[in-house]
Amino acid sequence: MEALKWHIVDFFQALAAGLLVGGTYGLMCVGLGIIFGVMRVVNFAQGDFMMLGMYVTYYLVTGFGILAFLGPYAGPVAGAALAGPIVFGVGWLSHRYLISRVTGARAVSAEAEGHYAQIIMTLGVALVLSNGGLILFGSVPLSVRTPLSSESWEIADVFLNQARTVAFILAVIAAFGLYLFLTRSSLGKSLRAAADNPIAAAYVGVNVDRCHRLAFALGVGVTAIAGGLIASSQSFQPYIGFDFVIVMYAGVVLGGMGSILGAFWGGLTIGLVQQMSTLILPYQLQNTAIFVVFLLIVFFKPQGMFGRVWERT
Amino acid sequence: MNRAPIGRQYAAILLFAVAYLGLGWFVHNSYYQLMMTLVLIWATVGVSWNTLSGYSGMISFGHAAFFGLGGYTMTILFVTFGITPWIGIPLGIIVGVIAGVVIGVPTFRLRGHYFALAMLAYPLAMLYVFEWIGYQEVPIPMMREAPLYYAEFSDPRAYMVLALILLVLCMAAALHIERSRFGMSLTAIKQNEPAASAAGINPMRWKMLAMMISAAMGAAAGGLYAMVLLVVTPQTMFGALVSAQALIMALFGGVGVFWGPVIGAAVLVPLAEMLNAQLGHILPGIQGVVYGVAIIVITLVAPEGIYWRLRDFLNARRAAVAPRAGAPISALITETIDVASASPAERKPAEGGEVLLSLDRASRAFGGLKAVDGVNLGIRAGTIHGIIGPNGAGKTTLFNVINGFLRADSGSITLAGTELVGLKPHEICRLGVGRTFQVIRAFPRMSVLENVVVGAFVGTNSDTQAERLAMEALDRVGLADQQAYAIAGGLTTKQLRLMELARALAPCPRLLLLDETLAGLGHDALDDILMILRRINRDGVTIAIIEHTMQAMMKLVDEFSVLDHGKLIASGAPAKVVKDPAVIEAYLGRKWMERAKDTVA
Repeated sequence: MEALKWHIVDFFQALAAGLLVGGTYGLMCVGLGIIFGVMRVVNFAQGDFMMLGMYVTYYLVTGFGILAFLGPYAGPVAGAALAGPIVFGVGWLSHRYLISRVTGARAVSAEAEGHYAQIIMTLGVALVLSNGGLILFGSVPLSVRTPLSSESWEIADVFLNQARTVAFILAVIAAFGLYLFLTRSSLGKSLRAAADNPIAAAYVGVNVDRCHRLAFALGVGVTAIAGGLIASSQSFQPYIGFDFVIVMYAGVVLGGMGSILGAFWGGLTIGLVQQMSTLILPYQLQNTAIFVVFLLIVFFKPQGMFGRVWERT
Repeated sequence: MNRAPIGRQYAAILLFAVAYLGLGWFVHNSYYQLMMTLVLIWATVGVSWNTLSGYSGMISFGHAAFFGLGGYTMTILFVTFGITPWIGIPLGIIVGVIAGVVIGVPTFRLRGHYFALAMLAYPLAMLYVFEWIGYQEVPIPMMREAPLYYAEFSDPRAYMVLALILLVLCMAAALHIERSRFGMSLTAIKQNEPAASAAGINPMRWKMLAMMISAAMGAAAGGLYAMVLLVVTPQTMFGALVSAQALIMALFGGVGVFWGPVIGAAVLVPLAEMLNAQLGHILPGIQGVVYGVAIIVITLVAPEGIYWRLRDFLNARRAAVAPRAGAPISALITETIDVASASPAERKPAEGGEVLLSLDRASRAFGGLKAVDGVNLGIRAGTIHGIIGPNGAGKTTLFNVINGFLRADSGSITLAGTELVGLKPHEICRLGVGRTFQVIRAFPRMSVLENVVVGAFVGTNSDTQAERLAMEALDRVGLADQQAYAIAGGLTTKQLRLMELARALAPCPRLLLLDETLAGLGHDALDDILMILRRINRDGVTIAIIEHTMQAMMKLVDEFSVLDHGKLIASGAPAKVVKDPAVIEAYLGRKWMERAKDTVA
């Protein structure tokens, strides 16, 4: 009886952890979803922009302590929020000088060879960011320690890590805000128009190139915020990006390409899979579980839960 | 592509090997010896990547899977069972090939981005599994009593010789792939997969073969790498950087040519190693940064890699020196044509009006839309059969159902008694059904001759015979003299249409499906093509043609079939069909019909 009870508690513990982690994964996936949805570009560097967001948060909060005056509670959150605009800037520049050279109207016509160049370019950016990160930040794993990191709220034997809970709430708010921006504002609408049909959008006066730049910068910025939020409950090093690339793509593909809400739900689901897998699998294999789920999704339902079928036959 | 003869390429490979060996023999610094060995191993990994991704265009981010399996198989067998690497590495190759098949079967169903992403997941999943099993760091023990038996050499140059032998074998294999129907089929798949399968190429077969060979090369390199470094860790064998390096070597040096990865490795490995040795202690990630910057720069400056840039540059200079380099080529063409016409391929005469292709209540729906709706149709051998109908009537869908791009939901389609429903496009092509496309599907980066040779593979097992068939087909459409060696991307619409026609014609099909072959042509060009079509038909090829230009059709066809909303509404002799009220209504609408009736009355 007692054993069964603890099994149930374990289950809910994993469920809760999955939801909390999944919320930040959801936000991360929304960032990638914007890029993938608008530009149709596989961005391999997405995880490394997230890594950048983690380090920016770390240096703002712990390293240089610029945000120390905000106190141990608001500081990390403000750090993550500030990481957004900073990485937005980096993303804007990398699109301006690198990514735009192989994407957009020119590359669409190049078909297969265009894809080549895009994937390779973002892979190059990923290598430079991750290894440049190693040079700049060192290889020692870091985390943004706050008083919340080791505190928990307890609800009926289930512990909710406070840092994760706060990150979850903020991630949901950020994702919702972004959703409103994309659906309500005129800028958001032109972004979606550029995603739906770049040529038609160009004919009605949407600056597709600018939309792509905005989408790229916004996408990596949002993912960086999510990275900053995770940083308070997970240690990280410069190579963390590659693992998260798969996490993010799994979420985006699961949610359906081009669907912002779908990306959020997809990320949430991936968080759940990752945490729940620890119930039956060894801890080290939680990422393997994600990869397997990712492969299953790609094979059986590539259009995802909320996606549309893009290709016409 | 004007390629060097294969013998010269062999000589070049041999020269490279001898020169490398000569250079390596006199290097006594063990660090440089190791570096020279690593250059060869990474070049092999690059050739391995190139064999799958460079030729077929399916970008793999997961070659670390094969590399790692090869290395770990050898090491585990050695450490656990004391099995020598001489056996361990071949066993690792077998494990790699099996992994290639297991990965390939599901993953080849994916396209473009999805394929690349899925490939990324395999080695990373393996990495965690190997970490979890407890193979974080497996050192290879020293075997002092029988070093040769355990492939442990005191002279590091021995490893270099082994790596050189492996690379030379892989280069030779790649050269053979490039020069055979294997490579050309992969290139065709890369450039336009539907066209390739309609031309009789089985994409799955060639991709799988490429995957298996590629996996074998990767696993061999991985085994050798473990042997040289004497230790394996999940990160060095399965890590993302391994997969990245595999494609970086090929992309930097040159995609789709076996020299590419060799050039890439020769430049990048020493550069990265040196910087790492000089600056590694202060700039620990410098190696990765070098690789990253290298591929960023190469995508901006020379997207296909150094090899192609160099070749273009050299060709331009050679062309400037000898502007009349074209002369011997045209001599070659006429010679080939002579050979072709001297041995005419067996052509079947018209079979006295028997039904060659027969559709029995064939249907195909997209959701609620019945694009082809219970069509009964017989196309008699030796005829030219026109298929007309308003836009959206289901004409192209009908062709897609016949040639296997789409599977009929119900009904039966038979070619001289053989059921076609359920067969794949390349199988249907093999049975003697050729087709062309409404939107031209050429292999734009291949020459006209190569485009047609790809189509001819179905007709023969010999590559030289395929080239002869292709030349003959080009001759039949009138492209043999001028354009055979031109790159398809630069042709006019008329020439492209003729090239597609020749590609469909090359394997001597029984039935040709022509989808708006006359679209977008001027008056003169149209007459030319009509003449060619009639001549092909006289030679015994049955033709079904979709067309809108009624005047041209009236001159050309023996019989008409009219489709509207997926249904066959009329069929028969042209003069009869065009007077059919149902046809007039379908084309011009009911109102017009009524008015016409009023006027007549």
